[in-house]
Amino acid sequence: MSRMSWGTLGRTLLGRLGGMLAVLSLVSVLVFLLTRLAAGDPMAMLLGDQASLQDIAQARQRYGLDEPLWTQFLLWLGQVLQGNLGQSIFLQMPVSQVLLERAEPTAWLAIFSVGLAMLIGVPCGIVSAVWRGRWIDQCVSTLAMLGASMPSFWMGLLAIQLLAVGAGWFPVSGYGDPGADWLTRIHHLMLPALVLGTLNSALIIRFTRASMLDILSEDYIRTARSKGLPEVIVVFKHALRNALVPILTVLGLTLALMIGGAVVTETVFNLPGLGNLVVRAVLRRDYPVIQGALLVIAAVYVIINFAIDVLYVWVDPRVRHG
Amino acid sequence: MADWAGALRTLAARRVVLLALVVLAVMLLLTALGQWVFAHDPMAMKVSQRLRAPSWSHWSGTDELGRDITSRIFYGARYSLGIGAATALLAVVFGTLLGLLAGFFRRLDAVLMRLVDAMMAFPDILLGIALVSILGASPVNVVLALTIVYTPRVARVVRASTLVIRELPYVEAARAVGVSTPRLLAVHILPNLMSPILVQLSFIFAYALLAEAGLSFLGVGVGAEIPTWGTMVAASAQYADRAVWTLFFPGMAIVLTALSLQVLGDGVRDLLDPRLKGAT
Repeated sequence: MSRMSWGTLGRTLLGRLGGMLAVLSLVSVLVFLLTRLAAGDPMAMLLGDQASLQDIAQARQRYGLDEPLWTQFLLWLGQVLQGNLGQSIFLQMPVSQVLLERAEPTAWLAIFSVGLAMLIGVPCGIVSAVWRGRWIDQCVSTLAMLGASMPSFWMGLLAIQLLAVGAGWFPVSGYGDPGADWLTRIHHLMLPALVLGTLNSALIIRFTRASMLDILSEDYIRTARSKGLPEVIVVFKHALRNALVPILTVLGLTLALMIGGAVVTETVFNLPGLGNLVVRAVLRRDYPVIQGALLVIAAVYVIINFAIDVLYVWVDPRVRHG
Repeated sequence: MADWAGALRTLAARRVVLLALVVLAVMLLLTALGQWVFAHDPMAMKVSQRLRAPSWSHWSGTDELGRDITSRIFYGARYSLGIGAATALLAVVFGTLLGLLAGFFRRLDAVLMRLVDAMMAFPDILLGIALVSILGASPVNVVLALTIVYTPRVARVVRASTLVIRELPYVEAARAVGVSTPRLLAVHILPNLMSPILVQLSFIFAYALLAEAGLSFLGVGVGAEIPTWGTMVAASAQYADRAVWTLFFPGMAIVLTALSLQVLGDGVRDLLDPRLKGAT
């Protein structure tokens, strides 16, 4: 690579980094405003019914709540950047510690589901693109749309009735005892991952199909075919390799869908993850937890997408050379 | 655009799309006329009839309070479909406005699109529950919250199309003959955005329907006392082992409606996208 293109690459990456930081700052402003808009004085909530007006005023001063809004925001942001997300009102624990404890089941659930969604989605998408317009394409496309139309909680509840209560293949809910080994954990994660992965394969099917169709109409595919290469080689060696790059980028989007879907799925299966935590925090009006969870989940999403963006710039010379 | 009847005929020529249109029409009709069609009052409790399996007198069985599930589904449809439709309309109106401005005025673009990126960093359901928890649980607030969730998605699509249309020769020609900017946007650009807007309308309708069901299921939606498809599924969860029909039928209403809306959206997209013409 010449010096010229390193310069372009550097500029592209710097631009993306700047964009990501801008989005992250906006995310933090949105999260801050969201919880400040919430009805009720957070101090009155923290101190309870017994507090006098004077107590509340003192507490407001101590927590900097009598400062102007933007000063409050900067104070809060300073704390956040030091890893301090505040104190859970209900659990009486630092929010960062609560989030860390709950992150494990959600992370595993997301990883298993994304893996399953890829295993279903990529082959189905390829089949659909290769036999475009035939009955198999129609079937796959309709099934993909069915997946996108099914509420995950409904499919989860039906799966529990059918496969856990009825057949007894999986535990009905929960994450096993606190000291359970990893096999028990995985057994508890299988049914939720099955539901979440199957439903979310729809997006990957659509994306794989579109990406394969794009590439199958390229000139070099026609060349490969016209020089007499077997269709299997054309599809898997020439087309799929090039289609995989854009397919990988949809992973970031899928992961975000998974975390959103996990909110509902974790509640259905009573998994002690981040989604379940947020739902309970909302029902208990535990705003520091809501605030922390929203911030962390959105930041993870932005950072993953940035990483994929960078990967894309590395892999695709057309983007690299701007 | 001139030939709506022709467009509708072309749409209906694809069997799947026709089926989707029929499902939606029947759904709307039964929702509007439900109280005259079904023999049972959706709110009437009859404890002696609780958790009855589907039969001739109760097509989808009865729930834990002995209420007829079929008539409740079409009574709840007023809320479920109403919330979905209202959200889709509002999100499309605001999203189109933002997308049009961002796509047309370069200075606004950077700011607006960063904001859209930031909003889209929150998973829909998560942002939805956070907003409803602040606004309070009610049908109107669910519509408000979901409008905030889906407006950025519409804005992004409309902006992308505006960027393409803005560069077309006819826009330049219109500007050259002195058409004012507001008129250019409203008369010359907006009509050409109709296809992506219509596609978004049906897709956001489907997403909002699913999101409302999800919020109500989690207990942060319309309030448990209002029968929507989401609250019906939520209420049935604890009886599902004895009376699976209380779970099955309200959920099927969601699936059928969301699927039909997405098939319709896909059909409109294929119809209006010239690249796909004659493909199938």
